[in-house]
Amino acid sequence: MSGILSLITYAPLLGVAAILALRFIAPAGSAKSAELAKWVALVTTLVTLALSLVMLGQFDRTTADFQFVEDFAWFGGLHYRMGVDGISVLFVVLTAFLMPLCIAASWRSIEHRIEEYLIAFLALETLVIGVFCALDLILFYLFFEFGLAPMFLIIGVWGGKNRVYAAFKFFLYTLLGSVLMLAAVLGMIGITGTSSIPELMTYDFGQEIQIWLWLAFFASFAVKMPMWPVHTWLPDAHVEAPTAGSVILAGVLLKMGGYGFMRFSLPMFPDASAYFTPLVFAMSVIAIVYTSLVAFRQTDIKKLIAYSSVAHMGFVTLGIFSGNAQGEQGAIFQMVSHGLISGALFLCVGVVYDRMHTREIAFYGGLVNRMPWYAAIFLLFTMGNVGLPGTSGFVGEILTMAGAYQASTWAAIVAASGVILSAVYALSLYRRVVFGEITNPALAEIKDLNWREVAIFAPLIIGTLYLGIYPAAVFDITQASVDNLVAVYRAATGG
Amino acid sequence: MNFSTDLSLALPELILAGGALVLLVWGAFQSRANMVFSLAAVALLVAAGAAAVLGPMGRGFSGGLIADQASAFAKVAIYAASAIAIPLGQPWFQRRGINNFEFPILIVLAALGMGMMASAGDLISLYIGVELHSLALYVLAAIHRDNAKASEAGLKYFVLGALSSGLLLYGASLIYGFAGSTHFTVIAQSVEGGANVGVLFGLVFLICGLAFKISAAPFHMWTPDVYEGAPTPVVAFFGAAPKMAAMVLFARVLAEGFGGAADQWRQILVIIALASVAVGAFAGLAQTNLKRLWAYSSIANIGYAVLGLASGDAAGIQAMLVFMVLYMVDVTGFFACLAALSRDGRPMETISDMAGLFKERPGIALAMSAFALSALGLPPFSGFWAKFYVFKAAIGAGLGVVAVIALVGSVVAAFYYLRLIKVMWFDASAGATETPPVEARTIALTLALFTFPVVLVALAFIDPLAAAAAAAFGLA
Repeated sequence: MSGILSLITYAPLLGVAAILALRFIAPAGSAKSAELAKWVALVTTLVTLALSLVMLGQFDRTTADFQFVEDFAWFGGLHYRMGVDGISVLFVVLTAFLMPLCIAASWRSIEHRIEEYLIAFLALETLVIGVFCALDLILFYLFFEFGLAPMFLIIGVWGGKNRVYAAFKFFLYTLLGSVLMLAAVLGMIGITGTSSIPELMTYDFGQEIQIWLWLAFFASFAVKMPMWPVHTWLPDAHVEAPTAGSVILAGVLLKMGGYGFMRFSLPMFPDASAYFTPLVFAMSVIAIVYTSLVAFRQTDIKKLIAYSSVAHMGFVTLGIFSGNAQGEQGAIFQMVSHGLISGALFLCVGVVYDRMHTREIAFYGGLVNRMPWYAAIFLLFTMGNVGLPGTSGFVGEILTMAGAYQASTWAAIVAASGVILSAVYALSLYRRVVFGEITNPALAEIKDLNWREVAIFAPLIIGTLYLGIYPAAVFDITQASVDNLVAVYRAATGG
Repeated sequence: MNFSTDLSLALPELILAGGALVLLVWGAFQSRANMVFSLAAVALLVAAGAAAVLGPMGRGFSGGLIADQASAFAKVAIYAASAIAIPLGQPWFQRRGINNFEFPILIVLAALGMGMMASAGDLISLYIGVELHSLALYVLAAIHRDNAKASEAGLKYFVLGALSSGLLLYGASLIYGFAGSTHFTVIAQSVEGGANVGVLFGLVFLICGLAFKISAAPFHMWTPDVYEGAPTPVVAFFGAAPKMAAMVLFARVLAEGFGGAADQWRQILVIIALASVAVGAFAGLAQTNLKRLWAYSSIANIGYAVLGLASGDAAGIQAMLVFMVLYMVDVTGFFACLAALSRDGRPMETISDMAGLFKERPGIALAMSAFALSALGLPPFSGFWAKFYVFKAAIGAGLGVVAVIALVGSVVAAFYYLRLIKVMWFDASAGATETPPVEARTIALTLALFTFPVVLVALAFIDPLAAAAAAAFGLA
């Protein structure tokens, strides 16, 4: 099955080529060409999803080794190296899973430059999947960095009123973090003479150098996650991005940060990770409490969900740096679950935004009277966001807190208050938007979900409930790799 | 070494010098440039490039002229950039009613001078090479002679260039006086085990003079004015080949002549590199004219190249050579884009002129975006690989902190590249543009394809060639 990872990674580019070739059938920019391009993009992303599911089916759950490895010498000692293990494989599937939904969600809401929009999304899919598959530092960096360009365009071209500011902020924040990581990457290559991630994971860096390398990587991943206090780009980016852009941003782009911590910081710099754990814990609990309070004060629905994302990512960093199996398992689970739930919540916002073109909470109210189906679905994902048992949100939070409890009782106790705070802001949002009587006359004729929207939500509902009831579906896959990661980390730090 | 082997080493120079004289006589008789004339000039450059690669290697004219892997590498790049400048420039001038046959000849003469710089083995041939190419460039800057701005650019370039030549010459005479020879190898012996203060004094002047030529801060002041005033295709040439020649010469002088004083010159280069990166990044933020903007971008980029040199080892020189080749493609391509664009008979040179270009001219806009992202250093574009080599070498040579500062500088510069992309992609169109001329468009699109994806394959060939070239400088 070697080669399947490259196939999954580059399959979306075939869709790009097909969309570019459409101009031979219909003039670019015409309605016919736009319609065809949407179908091409949808089919491409569905094929990619199918391929990734085939890959998941073939994935050997009993080993912590990298699988489906591809390795070709490139130039200057670099290699084109791909492979997945239990930590990365689910993110590949998550990306492939969310992409068709993004394309479908954009079906009617994007009205200009549709072909280019779809090309940007397909290119983004290639780059995001590449990040999770790359096993060479430089290849990883290529995918990681280049992903900024399509997202910059998605926010800047198809975004809201303040899109230019948001796009620049997104790009420059992330770039600053990334160049520091680049310096560390080059330093590591200089020290070890290899850029192979599997080899570097077993390399023993000196304690002092670990501190510097860890900080450089942390700069990049903390911005990407995003962690307090470098999270301020995220609300802006979310508010201005089109719905599908927000879904992909919250659903997978943020996960690159958490993935990076598990792939690089913990196994490569274990001493530094242990050394900085109090710092990360402090930042995480501040993120959980502070951004939850900030979320409560928001008047824009999207901004509220964006801040709640920062809070939920706080649980992820808490879990990762607890350094035990519950914490790691919980962090991966929380990331997958948050990918589904926050993606769905942004889609929920998109549904009403498409109809009313505003995201002000005060504008809405009483939607349950006109949109019962919408109210039900929104309720499910709000509950998932709060962490209600039975939804996937619960499993991730409880495990990360259990993991953190072993590492630091105080951090876990403070973080637990975040669960209550999340109920405060999420339920109050739900109440203000959905319950009550319709007081705004503009809402009198609002329509409930159409079949397309139901079809988009259906897979997310199934995923959220399935993982909530049967979380072992994730743990079976991640078990071997997580155990290995924890064992390596423990051995290195003597814990 | 007898005279005929000496001559065979100088074959590329002989081809260009002889060819230029023949073209001059030919041009005097027909007085108007035409396609055949330009093609002949291009053919000369191709022949000279072939001679540089295939010809014998060694040192001739008692060490004054060096033909080795490094000079061959640099000459191929220089002659190629010069050869592109002719088809880019000649039709551009013709459309503006300027039909000088001198344009291709001046390019050939400049290429001759730059080739000599790449082959210089002593201070005399160094100076001859620098002056020969500079004189041709002064005239080229002002070739649009009815245009006040172009004349201003030519004059500024000339006056400041003369000043830098003076510094260079003063430094060279000091070195000769204290070291007792103009040959790099003999100077190296006298520097071995601690350089005399007089020699170091001369070296500083020499570095200042060369820093002028590569427009590194704090000797960069002429660059924005000259770039803005000179005709666009000429700037495409200015920005690329002369920088390569001067950087190779720089490396040659420092590595062969002053290897023993490496600790001293590395400090100077680090300062120059950081100053250039900072000036290029911060001053560029305030620019509205794209030619001025790209002048600051080139100052910042030269800073990265100097940083490679400041590593002071073979890896650093290799990095500098790779950087310069990739950078040459970038800068030539960008100015080819500018040369291709005009609106209502007026060249489009400001950032606001580019508003909505993506709708208007998607091909050129994509190419320009590629060059901007490449200059920004976004992977996988060629500019990223250029920086990758430089920073890898710098960090390997213990300049980690310097590298981090320079990298942060690149984030500052990212703002103005992004602004250009934002204007082209996000904003509403500022009106119809004229159909781009086929030659500028072809060159721009071809070079854009090089920045991505061709570079990913091309580096597999450039990497070993640059390594072999760097080995020729004899640093560890």
